[in-house]
Amino acid sequence: MNAIILTAIWGVIMMFSGVFVKSKTAPRFVAIAGMLVVLSSSIIELLTKKSFFNFDHNNMLHTDGFNLTFLAIVMTCTLIYFLLTGTEIEKVGSHVGEYFALIFFILCGISIAATFNTLLMLFIGIEIISIPLYILTGSDKRNLKSNEAALKYFLMGAFSTGIMLMGIAFIYGGNPNASFYIDKIQIGLGHMPVLIAAGLLFIMVSMSFKVSAAPFHFWTPDVYDGAPTVFTSFMSSVVKVAGFFAFLRLFEHSFGIVHEQWQQLIAFITVATLVIGNITAVFQQSVKRMLAYSSIAQAGFMLLAIFALNAKAKEGILLYSAAYSLASIGIFGILTKMEDYTIDGFNGLGKENPLMAFAATVFLLSLTGIPLTAGFQSKFFMLMAAVDNGHQFWLVIVAVIFAAISAYYYFRVIQAIYFKESDRNVVVANAVSPFFNYMLIVIIALIVIIGIYPEIVIGWMYR
Amino acid sequence: MGNYITFPDLLIWLPILAGFFCLFAVNQKHAKNTAIVFSLLTLGVSIASLFFTNSEKYMTYNNVSYIWLKYLGANYYIGLDATGRMLTLLTAIGFPLILLTSQNDQLKKPNSFYGLLMLTQAGLMGVFMAYDALTFYFFWELALIPVYFLSSIWGGERRIQATFKFFVYTFAGSLLMLVGIIYIYLHTDARAFVDGTIATHSFALNAFYNAQLSGSEQAWLFALFFIAFAIKMPIFPFHTWQPDAYDQSPTTVTMVLSGIMVKMGLFGVLRWLLPMFPNAAMHHANLVITLSVIGIVYASCLAMMQDNIKKLVAYSSIAHIGLMCAALFAMNEISVQGVLLQMFNHGINIIGMWIVVEIIERKTGVKKISELSGLAASAPVLTILFVIIALANIALPLTNAFTGEFLMFAGLYQKNIWFAVFAGLGVILSAVYTLNMIQKVFYGSVNNVTTEVKDINLTEKLVLMVIVGIIFFIGVYPQPLIDLTSESVTNLMFKLK
Repeated sequence: MNAIILTAIWGVIMMFSGVFVKSKTAPRFVAIAGMLVVLSSSIIELLTKKSFFNFDHNNMLHTDGFNLTFLAIVMTCTLIYFLLTGTEIEKVGSHVGEYFALIFFILCGISIAATFNTLLMLFIGIEIISIPLYILTGSDKRNLKSNEAALKYFLMGAFSTGIMLMGIAFIYGGNPNASFYIDKIQIGLGHMPVLIAAGLLFIMVSMSFKVSAAPFHFWTPDVYDGAPTVFTSFMSSVVKVAGFFAFLRLFEHSFGIVHEQWQQLIAFITVATLVIGNITAVFQQSVKRMLAYSSIAQAGFMLLAIFALNAKAKEGILLYSAAYSLASIGIFGILTKMEDYTIDGFNGLGKENPLMAFAATVFLLSLTGIPLTAGFQSKFFMLMAAVDNGHQFWLVIVAVIFAAISAYYYFRVIQAIYFKESDRNVVVANAVSPFFNYMLIVIIALIVIIGIYPEIVIGWMYR
Repeated sequence: MGNYITFPDLLIWLPILAGFFCLFAVNQKHAKNTAIVFSLLTLGVSIASLFFTNSEKYMTYNNVSYIWLKYLGANYYIGLDATGRMLTLLTAIGFPLILLTSQNDQLKKPNSFYGLLMLTQAGLMGVFMAYDALTFYFFWELALIPVYFLSSIWGGERRIQATFKFFVYTFAGSLLMLVGIIYIYLHTDARAFVDGTIATHSFALNAFYNAQLSGSEQAWLFALFFIAFAIKMPIFPFHTWQPDAYDQSPTTVTMVLSGIMVKMGLFGVLRWLLPMFPNAAMHHANLVITLSVIGIVYASCLAMMQDNIKKLVAYSSIAHIGLMCAALFAMNEISVQGVLLQMFNHGINIIGMWIVVEIIERKTGVKKISELSGLAASAPVLTILFVIIALANIALPLTNAFTGEFLMFAGLYQKNIWFAVFAGLGVILSAVYTLNMIQKVFYGSVNNVTTEVKDINLTEKLVLMVIVGIIFFIGVYPQPLIDLTSESVTNLMFKLK
């Protein structure tokens, strides 16, 4: 509960921070301070299981070790994101305070989407995440690509929201308990009522849209490519895993009982996502666009958690959230410093800036899933969940084959960094502060520590 | 356990420490010397461990176990058994030899080069000592990553494609193995966990041996593991990455790859594949042996056609590994003993071959056999030493490889006479291409490429003499090596019953 209230309050504070203080850098420090407050309060809530705020929410929200751990991960990643690329947010436009405010509102939405106990709260959470995202996507106002991306995202997103609402309505109608609570959706083990089945399908489609699973992924490359790179970083990391968390929570509690009836459908979506994400990423020349497709590919792996729906899957989604967010934030942070966003633009980075090159390599290795990095552990847990599930073993084989293919496009960047010579004067265009370098080292350390000892993350959920 | 400084700890941490020091070395000489000193220390530890083979008495010196992932039942568990001791010894002997002869001319970024090389050694040591599937997988990948960077940064002209092909092949293979590991893990007995506090599955080797698997499960798990190991060895038809990778890698790395790293695949079969799936292995043995034999003949024929001296050695290596794989799957006592001997001997011989090839390439700047001629006149010492190594490579009596190959053929013969016949073809062909190469490169009239060549210097002489010494010693008196490894043979035979 702490996170919901504090992020909302701090969002409002951020909006005014631009009004009262004229300095352009001030909002960043206010935001970082706010993030520290939010993070420490969510960790306290995780440790004590007590919220600072006691209000009657009629059991519409539910917190437990699992989703509080997830929120702590999200807040940590966002703090790192602010520290690493906060200066880049300032460069996007003149409304710095508002950008940070919007990010805080997104975090508020994430907190609701992670702790919802009724379908209505889920809907509200997802909407609070989405609407600020539309604005952030279009925040580079003079860039046509950014405008196009925002409009596209808004139209498609609004459409998928409509579908979700319709699904919720169907489920409410088909539920003999006439309840929105996720635990009280009575389905029964036999033949599924038509209304429930339709509702389930609609919700699945709209959630797939939110996490950019194929075949509902078409908005992703354009939006990720068009949005300012700093915001792409946030969208493709923290926001994405939040979507998955909500997806998992909903399907576990509401539809877990008829798991086997929709499992086949998720298996199809998973394979489609893996195929489209990985194969298309291979052909990209722009690193930013490649990362957009690779985020679809990673979504395919995260879908294995929803496919498996067991204890390992829950541990896996936590690890994946941490691993994928850290690596994504890191690599996008480096991307913001580059002169040229194409793969050739990375040529010779190893010579010009060894630390940044090393960091980029670690992040890419983590995304590929090489042992000793967090990415390996997250993929390992996902595979374990899917194997443990016991059905459809072929899906696991497909997943690992595509994991091997993903090495192709991630390693193309590594090859450019270390094995190719640059033909331009500067590879790194923007000034790199020592603080940026320290943050890179912190992220590398976190990735390696989680890679060696993943229980540092998943241990929290059993407290 | 844990109070002592144990052999496995030293064997892993010395190379890691060396790698770390090398990264901060100021110049080439410094980095190289650090690497050499540490690799000699490692060799000392490895030799010392030979005197502590009694597994009950010296239990605490030979095994290290820490709880790693408690909820999963994964331990960091490494230890030395007979096979492990032999292969760590090979690794420990190989690295100083390789380092001493590594090219002396200007290397860009020498500290990273030697640093990564030492990390590779740590990874290899870990693979050969792991008693826990997850530890094994970690080290398995850990050995691969530094090699990828070594070959891609310091390799030949087409290095990026060649190395990447190598990487993707092995990575795909290891991921399939990972799926297999997970599947077996989930079928291990819950009580197998050492701690006893939490009932969970286990990644321990023994738990894997005792996993409850049906016949059909064994069959496809066998396939998953086998593909990973077959790519690493490599055997036909998974070998296509190998000649390019060997050719394009810097020769120092090629020595590691072909001398030691290919043993990872054979070791995997020996330690993991055969004892885990004895029934499936029996069932597929003929198929695997057939593939291996095809590989032997095919690679030998290709080796005969090669003009590139590095590719010739690469193909000859495929043929030798194919023979070892075939003998391993013959699965009788003689052949397995032969493989264990030959794993060591092949490592020594092939490193010797590569050292000579590297010397030739460095001194003449040419790697085409057709452009070389009459080296014997300008480099007599090199010629004599090389001829001995080459004869060992063909497995002539009195050289080390003879005993091993003899045992392997005897074992294959027991399995099926035709396998022995066709595999024997490989030996004949290997004599053809090796002698042919010697004749063309070293004898004949001196041409303009070879007139200027000076004979080898003292270090190179010493290194090659050590290799020749080992060749003759084991050739004449293989008993110590047999004693060292026979325990593994007995254990494996027990598992296969």
